[in-house]
Amino acid sequence: MKALICISHVPDTTTKIVFEADGKSLNKSGVTFIVNPYDEFGLSRAMEIKEKTNDCHITVICVGTAETEPTIRKALAVGADDAVRIDAQATDAFFVASQIANWANGKGYDLLFTGKESIDSNGSAVPGMLAELMDLPLVSFATKLELENGKAILQREIDGGMEVLESSLPVVITCQKGIADWRIPNMRGIMAARTKPLTVVAPSGNEARTRTVQFVQPPAKTGCQYVNADQAEELVKILADKGII
Amino acid sequence: MGVLVFAEQANGKFKKATLEACTYASDLASAQGVDAYAVLLGNAEAAEIEKLGQYGIRKVFQVSGDLFQSFTLKAWIRAIESAARTSGSQVVVLPQSYNGRSIAPGISVRLQAAFISGVTSLPTQQGSEWHFTRPAFSGKGIETISALSSAQVITVKANGYKVAEKPGACTVEQLSVESNPSDIQVVAKEQIRASSKISLTEADVVISGGRGLKGPENWGLVENLAELLGAATACSKPVADVEWRPHHEHVGQTGIQIAPNLYIAIGISGAIQHLAGVNSSKVIVVVNKDPEAPFFKAADYGIVGDAFEVVPRITQAIQELKKAN
Repeated sequence: MKALICISHVPDTTTKIVFEADGKSLNKSGVTFIVNPYDEFGLSRAMEIKEKTNDCHITVICVGTAETEPTIRKALAVGADDAVRIDAQATDAFFVASQIANWANGKGYDLLFTGKESIDSNGSAVPGMLAELMDLPLVSFATKLELENGKAILQREIDGGMEVLESSLPVVITCQKGIADWRIPNMRGIMAARTKPLTVVAPSGNEARTRTVQFVQPPAKTGCQYVNADQAEELVKILADKGII
Repeated sequence: MGVLVFAEQANGKFKKATLEACTYASDLASAQGVDAYAVLLGNAEAAEIEKLGQYGIRKVFQVSGDLFQSFTLKAWIRAIESAARTSGSQVVVLPQSYNGRSIAPGISVRLQAAFISGVTSLPTQQGSEWHFTRPAFSGKGIETISALSSAQVITVKANGYKVAEKPGACTVEQLSVESNPSDIQVVAKEQIRASSKISLTEADVVISGGRGLKGPENWGLVENLAELLGAATACSKPVADVEWRPHHEHVGQTGIQIAPNLYIAIGISGAIQHLAGVNSSKVIVVVNKDPEAPFFKAADYGIVGDAFEVVPRITQAIQELKKAN
């Protein structure tokens, strides 16, 4: 069994987001970067499969410049066997998906995991593109994964509930909460991660199809209007007067 | 030339997210001086299909057959691609539902289109480029993004675009799409319906509870208020983690992201990860006994007080308001 975990290098969930003066990018000063939390669900599930079956080779892949390497090492510390970095700025989803597809094609991965979305671009775009580019089935928003008789039994979130599905392998799976618990790397894992293979690969020729023009911060709230607790009825009057309820 | 919208249906009915996407598509088509078309997968009553005409759709391409009675990702992608090609549509619009989000990127690959997700407004033309705005960094930023292709696949955020009726009618044309071995790589076995009647992502009003409610036995407070307002119920991450409430109610960065007209947070302190899931809400009301709770900074209206006293007062006031009307 071979698993490929596609990871994004994203600002920590607690980061206060500030942009550079030109609005072209995130101001990275003082920002801690992490493995996109949704991507870590896939890594954790792959680790569980590896521990249970003793037969799962886990590769992590990230499209990014050298600054993403500490994040890739974090994924290795959790327990992935090796890693690949496609040496390019992750300009847009199509570019990233093409890079991963071009690299992974023909390498025999059975399970290709991504997060349901990245917490920086929130597009849910890469997995669907990857599945199409590699002509593989896709199961998105997965909350459970079991392997039985060479097939994947999955549960995915749908509008108003859950759906149980069976998929042939290989399959692209986008992960969210439920599929596994996050793992905190131990000291042994962190030490081992330093010497695990991390191969740097030159990007292939695909072009981005979108371009970020600028980022701005959302308009700040004008301030909270307080209502006294013992006159909570007043809130209902305000909301009704404004046509909100 | 045209704009094609994916008219997603559930049990033969169009959901609000579909009508939002239809309105978006027809507004975009009007702005570009082209026609708006829809593609319908599976069956719906003729009267229901005709409704799409009232949202600016001129022609509906219906793809019937067993493959389209339930979600078959690859077949759905090919059917929508086929409708785009048949109608000569450069732009495809989809609701940002679970299914819409699952198929839109694949459609963009097949149409060699730029993919823009989660929009809430029409694009503006800047020279030869179209500029869209969309939320990024989990709502902590707004991105202006340029499509580098005139072929575009766009998803419209749920509750993100106001549904508007416009006079008009539509015709229906049947479209057939061949099956393909890849259609059965994934087979749906069963569906497990959540108990709540109102979809969290589509709800106009969401009432949410946090640890301040002290235990699952106190959720009646949230449920009563929600029922009165026709609202969906939600919860914070710690509440889902300790299983006071099911995971599918968890809103926040790692849960569900919502954008209702009104979000009422009861006993939730407002950690930055929670705000990332709800900061697109149009009006936020916070009830918390801690005046220092960070949520008040993101709120429009706040009540500092004990939820067990404040919420019943609000509930009663709404009951009286309803009686008066």
